Amino acid sequence: MTAQPDAIETPGTAGEADAPGTAAETGITRRAGRRRAGRGPGDGPMQRSSWRGGGWQVVADKEFGDHVLSIRLFILIVLLGLAAVAAVYSTTTYVRDNAQQAVGSTGLFVLLFSASSPTSQIPPFTTLVALLGPLLGIAFGFDAVNGERAERTLPRLVAQPIHRDDVINGKFAAGLAAIALVLVAITVLVSGFAFFELGIVPGPDDIARVATWVVATVIYVGFWLAFAMLCSVVLRRAATSALAAISVWLVLTLFASLLTGIVADALSPVPANATLDQQVANAQLQLDLSRISPGELYSEVTAYVLDPTVQSVGIILPQQQPATPSILPFEQSLLLAWPQGVALIGLTVVCFGAAYVVFMRQEVRA
Amino acid sequence: MRSKTSRGERTERTERTEREGAPSIIRARGLTKRYGDVLAVDHLNLDVRPGEVFGLLGPNGAGKTTTILMLLGLSEPTDGHAEVAGFDPTRDPLEVKRRVGYMPDDVGFYGNLTGRQNLRYTARLNGIDPRAVEARLGDLLAQVGLADVADRAVETYSRGMRQRLGLADALVKEPAVVVLDEPTTAIDPAGVAEVLDLIGSIARDRGAAVLLSSHLLHQVQQVCDRVAIFVGGRVVAQGTMRRLAEQMGGDTLQLEVGIDGPAAELEPALRAVDGVTDVARDAHDPRLWRVTGARSVQGRLAAALAGRGIAVWHLRRIGDDLDEIYMRYFAKEGAGDDRAA
Ligand SMILES: Nc1ncnc2c1ncn2[C@@H]1O[C@H](COP(=O)(O)OP(=O)(O)O)[C@@H](O)[C@H]1O
Ligand SMILES: [Mg+2]
Repeated sequence: MTAQPDAIETPGTAGEADAPGTAAETGITRRAGRRRAGRGPGDGPMQRSSWRGGGWQVVADKEFGDHVLSIRLFILIVLLGLAAVAAVYSTTTYVRDNAQQAVGSTGLFVLLFSASSPTSQIPPFTTLVALLGPLLGIAFGFDAVNGERAERTLPRLVAQPIHRDDVINGKFAAGLAAIALVLVAITVLVSGFAFFELGIVPGPDDIARVATWVVATVIYVGFWLAFAMLCSVVLRRAATSALAAISVWLVLTLFASLLTGIVADALSPVPANATLDQQVANAQLQLDLSRISPGELYSEVTAYVLDPTVQSVGIILPQQQPATPSILPFEQSLLLAWPQGVALIGLTVVCFGAAYVVFMRQEVRA
Repeated sequence: MRSKTSRGERTERTERTEREGAPSIIRARGLTKRYGDVLAVDHLNLDVRPGEVFGLLGPNGAGKTTTILMLLGLSEPTDGHAEVAGFDPTRDPLEVKRRVGYMPDDVGFYGNLTGRQNLRYTARLNGIDPRAVEARLGDLLAQVGLADVADRAVETYSRGMRQRLGLADALVKEPAVVVLDEPTTAIDPAGVAEVLDLIGSIARDRGAAVLLSSHLLHQVQQVCDRVAIFVGGRVVAQGTMRRLAEQMGGDTLQLEVGIDGPAAELEPALRAVDGVTDVARDAHDPRLWRVTGARSVQGRLAAALAGRGIAVWHLRRIGDDLDEIYMRYFAKEGAGDDRAA
């Protein structure tokens, strides 16, 4: 008889014992339990190098390879590429006109991203990205976990010597990398157009603004990636999961302002003979409510970062509007965008955290 | 229901597994798993030693998969504990998983990758540089008969081919323990023999302990050194085939005898053999007889009948056939349900 392990930890409460996903699988809560050295027949010739950890990188590597070769990446690049070309092309005239007035001033380059010709039907590039970005996140996340279940690869995967959270962390990392790849590619496309077609050379301020915008966009799309992954953990069928994620995206995109308007009117009514204060209170409430939505937060970050003239996205009364907008340096814009940016990161982390926790508690068997 | 073709005398398993002294590489003591009101595994004790093939045999829902998941640290026992390759799967799941090759029930692979690419991924997840094992991956694929299709996407594989790939996959890490959940279910009969051969050689040549679960007893009995009959979460019998037969039959045995001739002559002739206590005609095949009697009958019957001019063209002991054992335990389980250990 070999010695018994010094302490067999029996599951604490009955409720915990019945929980399907276990601490044993996660390897997190009990990672502390150190083994005694050199024992048992398992430590024979089968022992290998002292390679440890990094399991999530192996998973991420494989997943990223899948993404890069996938048809969905190709479709998304084509879709976003078309949007970029259409938006930038129609903006060109507008930028040319502005160039007459604003030669030498900062912001000409970023105008190409955020402005649109007043006569054009096509919204600016950033608006198109805000609209289509969630699709990008959903595309790389909706079948992350239930796809493994459908292919019946999950039991095999978690039986390899990696921590269970390596699976979901690796998949999230791979998704973010694929998203960043697409966004950087599109941004380079637009920048190249600006340079070669319009001869606009971006200054350091321009580059900082566009780079910050790309980072913010990756985080925003990362929120949708995390949300789609949550769906893929909770819902067993990939099609259902995709539908659920897309539905939420559509509801938030189409009806968010309607919903916040209804709620704001109920909580802070605006009677027919409303005072200015009442109207402002209502509008402020509506704005605060809409900031629950990642899309609103992202659009505010975009407004601050890409438009140096924006000093506030809050309620501005006509008399408060300066006659000639001053141009903020990048650091000032970044400072203004900071709270929204942090809130956006927070939402993304919360969403991924939810997917993580549910996944860790799930039974391996489908 | 039972196969009528003679399987011949089953070769007696060697008693090499009777090395009682060898330390077991899989040990379970009082292992229990409860899902709500369902007691999926009930105080299981298990010992598997290196170099042996151990069969966990039982019907669907017996708790085989649950047991395997607990041994791998993929599911937490409600009670009891296990030790696999020297580690507690609950506390050191990674150490266990480094040493255990596992093929799940209904194994799946990434359809967009080739068989070889899937194995490479497994190698990398085990911290093995795939370039270092490239040659071995080729060997493994050849061993399971997939050399020709190794570079085809797995989505073009049949289920049986996937199961073979699963076997190769479980061996990628050169495991000290191999756990196979229902390894033969989807494989065609000719393939089953090959796969069982391979499983046997894993234990013999690599010295690994093999724990396999199955509900197809007649398929896996030939490869198992020892078995545990597992019903309703409990082990109702455990040991070598021979031991189980002795436990079961006691001093009596049952023979299936194939002889031709009028029943009126044959039956008295059979009854006349020394030690025979009961004779009955087989319910399905009128040319077969079931003879019950003392152990000594097996040696005497053919000669005694030959002395009366009756040629025996088929003689099979059915007392220690696993199928038979299994059916009997099921019968006991269903009828009495008093075999709680
Ligand atoms: N996640 C679960 N929740 C509740 N009951 C389960 C769960 N998994 C398995 N069971 C039950 O545990 C028992 C044993 O199942 P299993 O180990 O899969 O049997 P086997 O592999 O022998 O066919 C069955 O009665 C099954 O219904
Ligand atoms: Mg099973």
